[in-house]
Amino acid sequence: MTSIDVGALVLFLATGVAAGLVGCFALMRRMTLAADALSHVALPGIGLAIVLRINPLLGGVAMLLLGALLVWGLERKTRIATETVIGVVFSTALAAGSMLTSGEQLIEALFGGAGRTSAIEVAVGLAVAACVVTFLLRERHRLVLAIVSPDIARTSGIDVSRLDLRFLLVFGLTIALGLRYLGVLLTGSLAIIPAATAKRLAGNLHAMLLVAVTVAVVTAGVGSSIAAVLHREPGPIVVLCAAACFFASLLVPRRV
Amino acid sequence: MGDCLQVRDLSVRFGTNTVLAHLSFTVPAGSALAIIGPNGAGKTVLFRALIGATPYEGSVHWAERTRIGYVPQKLDIERDLPITGDDLVRAKAAVTGATAQEAAKALELARVEKDVSRWPIGALSGGQFQRLLVATALVGRPTVLLLDEPTAGVDEPGQERLNQTIDRLRTELGLTVLLISHDLSVVYRYASRVLCLARSEVCIGPPKEVLTPAILQELYGAPVSYHVHDEH
Repeated sequence: MTSIDVGALVLFLATGVAAGLVGCFALMRRMTLAADALSHVALPGIGLAIVLRINPLLGGVAMLLLGALLVWGLERKTRIATETVIGVVFSTALAAGSMLTSGEQLIEALFGGAGRTSAIEVAVGLAVAACVVTFLLRERHRLVLAIVSPDIARTSGIDVSRLDLRFLLVFGLTIALGLRYLGVLLTGSLAIIPAATAKRLAGNLHAMLLVAVTVAVVTAGVGSSIAAVLHREPGPIVVLCAAACFFASLLVPRRV
Repeated sequence: MGDCLQVRDLSVRFGTNTVLAHLSFTVPAGSALAIIGPNGAGKTVLFRALIGATPYEGSVHWAERTRIGYVPQKLDIERDLPITGDDLVRAKAAVTGATAQEAAKALELARVEKDVSRWPIGALSGGQFQRLLVATALVGRPTVLLLDEPTAGVDEPGQERLNQTIDRLRTELGLTVLLISHDLSVVYRYASRVLCLARSEVCIGPPKEVLTPAILQELYGAPVSYHVHDEH
């Protein structure tokens, strides 16, 4: 394994930590549909970046942050309308993105790849992952109050709308971190499946965060290793490993 | 003591639908105001306007240094949500700057048993969950409690205990209480004043004076009977 590969693996594991944490709050906010759909919006950004000959990830990040703003704007309306519009807008984004990319580039954008990662990309990625983790750990109490009751949060002095926006931007950044490895179709699952596993197994908030991070990091590490041995792309194998953890968790009797 | 809350000419509209129209009232500090009215009268909307959660016209003026403890109407909590009572109270303490001792004291004041606060909140019974919400509202030293049908979904003995707890807290901690209730017997027993609401104000004053058969007929559109407890 070269030093660049080690850097890529470290970044992927750091992405697992961020995705495990952010997934818990996304799941508890019942925004798994929005989370999955949001990741699709990266595709036209990647396509545009390829057309403009700039780093595809930059295009993906820009579109994800725009997508987060869009979800935030929609969530301020009624929930049913949000889900409907998300379904329409983000499927459109996927279609538009697939028109802008083609062949191997499209497959890599959709499912991720194990391409080489530059030292700068690793450094920036680790900094973003550190920001995501710091935000979530610092804001976890505010997020919990807003999840249980936005009105309790409001009367506790929390600007709920601003907190929602910050959370969605952080979610967008986490999706962006996973794009290289898992692609726009699979990256949401690194956040949602470990959190869903943790939700079944954990009896309190801290246990949920711990279990989700562990599942995300272990499946990222184990999945990447299996992919390297089998000479396959890591994305689908990582997701299958995470899904195996979830189905195994179904065998554990429910707590309540 | 002065007024804790002054509401003047408050109106709330959702599109073309006027939910509350030209409502004006005051709430003296340390008093207990019950808000009654039929379904759709705008009681919860009034609370949400008072806490700034919904846009309104008119003015809502809370006294300086007012801290609100809010107990929302029955929440839709997933049964397997891994947030315990301790997680919830700890979160409120962290956000309001309260200490762990104050959080523990709030659980004790609301009579939440220690092992109950360790359970996921979705697994609690109606009464246990409402007590936990009252405890959460007490964290951060509130001066006012806003309770939106706190006994909904609680069995009858549990309702009685919860109402007594709220009344005891008001007296012991010197709180101002605003309470939405459908139970006129409770209003009669625990409220110093009652606001009758049917989109606009129908009446306000001490329950014994304003809860006349004619007012109740006007409010609910049908004769209403209730038990009057003379011991209060």
